[in-house]
Amino acid sequence: MRSRGLFAYVALALGLVFLYVPIVSMIVFSFNYSRLVTVWDAAHSPTLKWYGALAHNGQILAAAWLSIRIALIAATVAVVLGTLAGTALARFGAYRGRLLLAGMSTAPIVMPEVITGLSLLLLFVSLQQLIGWPKGVGAVTITLAHITFCMAYVTIVVQSRLAGFDESLEEAAMDLGARPFKVFWRITLPLILPAVASGWLLAFTLSWDDLVITQFVAGPGSSTLPMVIFSKVRFGVTPDVNALATILVLLVASGIAISTVWMRRREQRRARDERLAAAANL
Amino acid sequence: MRLSQAAGRRLVAGIPTAWLLLLFLVPFLIVFRISFSEVRLAIPPYTPLITWHHGSPGLELHWSAYRFLLTDSLYVSSYLYSLKVAAVSTLCCLLIGYPMAYAIARSSPSTRSVLLMLIVLPFWTSFLLRVYAWIGLLNNNGVINNVLLYLGVIHHPLALMQTDFAVYIGIVYSYLPFMILPLYANLEKHDPALLEAAADLGARPLRAFLRITLPQSYAGILAGSLLVFIPAVGEYVIPTLLGRTDQLMIGRVLSDEFFENRDWPLASAVAILILLLLLVPILLFQRVQGRELEASK
Amino acid sequence: MNAEPEVAVAAANTERDPDQAYVRITHLTKKFGAFVAVDDVSLDIRRGEIFCLLGGSGSGKTTLLRMLAGFETPTSGSIFIDGVDMSTIPPYERPVNMMFQSYALFPHMSVEKNVAFGLEQEGLAREQIRRQVGEILDIVKMGTFAARKPHQLSGGQRQRVALARALVKRPKLLLLDEPLAALDKKLREHTQFELLNIQQRLGVTFVVVTHDQEEAMTLGTRLGVMNHGRIVQVGTPTDIYEFPANRFVADFIGSVNLFEGRVRDEGVDYVRVDCGELGATVRAERAVPCAPGATVWTAIRPEKITISRSKPPVPAGENLVHGTVREIAYMGDMSIYLVQIGSGRMLRVTLPNTLRGADRPIARGEGVWLYWHGSSPVVLTE
Repeated sequence: MRSRGLFAYVALALGLVFLYVPIVSMIVFSFNYSRLVTVWDAAHSPTLKWYGALAHNGQILAAAWLSIRIALIAATVAVVLGTLAGTALARFGAYRGRLLLAGMSTAPIVMPEVITGLSLLLLFVSLQQLIGWPKGVGAVTITLAHITFCMAYVTIVVQSRLAGFDESLEEAAMDLGARPFKVFWRITLPLILPAVASGWLLAFTLSWDDLVITQFVAGPGSSTLPMVIFSKVRFGVTPDVNALATILVLLVASGIAISTVWMRRREQRRARDERLAAAANL
Repeated sequence: MRLSQAAGRRLVAGIPTAWLLLLFLVPFLIVFRISFSEVRLAIPPYTPLITWHHGSPGLELHWSAYRFLLTDSLYVSSYLYSLKVAAVSTLCCLLIGYPMAYAIARSSPSTRSVLLMLIVLPFWTSFLLRVYAWIGLLNNNGVINNVLLYLGVIHHPLALMQTDFAVYIGIVYSYLPFMILPLYANLEKHDPALLEAAADLGARPLRAFLRITLPQSYAGILAGSLLVFIPAVGEYVIPTLLGRTDQLMIGRVLSDEFFENRDWPLASAVAILILLLLLVPILLFQRVQGRELEASK
Repeated sequence: MNAEPEVAVAAANTERDPDQAYVRITHLTKKFGAFVAVDDVSLDIRRGEIFCLLGGSGSGKTTLLRMLAGFETPTSGSIFIDGVDMSTIPPYERPVNMMFQSYALFPHMSVEKNVAFGLEQEGLAREQIRRQVGEILDIVKMGTFAARKPHQLSGGQRQRVALARALVKRPKLLLLDEPLAALDKKLREHTQFELLNIQQRLGVTFVVVTHDQEEAMTLGTRLGVMNHGRIVQVGTPTDIYEFPANRFVADFIGSVNLFEGRVRDEGVDYVRVDCGELGATVRAERAVPCAPGATVWTAIRPEKITISRSKPPVPAGENLVHGTVREIAYMGDMSIYLVQIGSGRMLRVTLPNTLRGADRPIARGEGVWLYWHGSSPVVLTE
């Protein structure tokens, strides 16, 4: 039994190393003086010069701002649509059209992005011919595309949260006189809010980070951050991208750390309350 | 606004259904239709579907795109290559990810959440940037070569970039969380008492694993593998940044046909054929998804 | 000290026939695919009573309760509550409230908010809601816990909040799903009497679903025994216990000695049955519709049998049998004797330990006579 466990733990350790070496290397070389990203210039490093270059790179900053704006809108709309879809799939039982919704909801998750991207661009072109809108591809079409593939992930998150949700709470609310929408708004939603929030974060990340689909549905005027990065790195390594990556990793890591600590605190407080109540007894 | 329960439900289910119909399903139909056109110097750059001869409509279907794809060895080999790369990457992902998921599932609850967080954290950082990170590692003057040269293990830099190997690494690296999480979710539900019972009855650890744990985890293996394999077939970023230049994966081919050659019908046909190839895996994935959700009720 | 709470609706309409059916269930059936959960149930529930649906798991009692609440739609049949047909009325519009087995308290709301929820749906003024919530919390003795959240309460406290929440709207019907199942024995007794108290005070009609006969017998003014989706017998606890309608009910409630036999003869006020396995003739002093020679079953409750070392002066072979004591279980307040008779079957007899340290108590292995009064046996035709 010992040896079996050991193999798995060694694999886990090696796997974690494998996952983090590239990230760590990227961070380290963001402080490298030389443009040669992979040779450590000991004489002049560490330096913040690439971070400075980043702050002055108008193209990158504009692209980042566009990406954030699109991601904010896309994530929010995707959460609304995904919650609707997740609720329908989890709560409405079998109805005509359920299979259609179920299929369409989960397919975007595995669908290769080149196919989704191509199909959406062709849709926009056809729409333009048919009704004159959209006038051209740009931020609007990017946002619509992002909403579509992001909502699939939110649907899964919400659907599985609702599947494990105690239905007797919703029944109790109905029993007390609340109509279905009231029940959802005052009972279900507050209680699944953590799942919805994580769905929003997931959608935001996916939208913000998307390259392939965006390339298809973006126009000449709109470059998102991934598009700018991609065109830069196709031709080699550039250290200001390393700086960008480091900032990103730090943001994400601190975000996760804060939320974990906060949730741990809440759990501890709740467990303590329950213990006190049980001890007091009646 | 008092809606009847039935009307309310129609609204809740109808809105996302309508959205997806318009922005997910209909586009596929459009791709399908355009794959039967021929390229044309016009706007839009393809032949129309319905032509009018002497006042009556006729269907104008061109099979040239498909004929071209299925007979030209370049495209056939690209499809086969993509399938091969995806399959090998999925297998590697499974071999690496399974022990990791297993180790996490067997840890104490507090360690478990830390480990899961560590696995998921890279996923929340940019996919593009993480692939980019490997450029810095695999380059001829990259970190790996520099370290090996410095240690004297090799004397000339290894050509790691623009190889199949680089693509495998890229895919495994990027998709590892997608393999680990479903596996972990499955393994976590296993009853440890079963393994104890097996040990009690005299089974050695390896045997107990093969006969008890492994079969129970088939659903997780299937889910994780599909989550990696299907998108990997159509991967674009990883082969473009890390992969070979003499043999392209089909995602790159589609993109090139569309953007470089401006051959919309051909690109559409490429897409439809990819879909046909992946139809069975996609349906399988939907089945597995549905069953997981039923089980968790 | 608060004033007496608003008295329940029941007292107001005294000109109504108190025995008129308040809840009328007619030919109610519920099928899930091919499985029949509730099979053609017809039932009347009177205003102000506590009606207990008693049955094992799978008997259909919970499904019946959920149909009353509106969470399941009947496959056929109807439910009328106070003269109103419920078939088109969704749960949030029914004058029915339910206390769930898991209590189903809203975890993100305080006790006060939980109880106020139902009143808020009616659009009442904030002040009035607060007053009514305060009143009901005092009745269930949870007034000081109004600001707590459910996870800060013990099991018994949560139950009282669930009860308060279901009662605050003074529903016409209160449904209780296994109300005492989650409580330990001491708490259960205490809560049983509290429930009775509250019900008396407020006059609300209760429908209780339970698998525990003790619970049903204590709480119910009337019981409905269910088996395989059908109502097998309806009556007061005494009716059900002393005069079970069939073998299932006789066996389900309490313990019973059941023997198959053939009718020897019968008259206007008696029946005599030859029971082979018992090795005796049972004479029951009640007329039962059956023909001589018919196969019937006799049921005798353990506490109705007397044990004696000496043969009692009763006609031989009638309501009398000899056996050997095989097991004695001392329960403190009473003892259970398992006595083996000629055929090998065991008879179960219970005796209260009325005399402390009685001299020469009956011991294991002794030969004893068992006899019972003619009013004790029940003859069952099914």
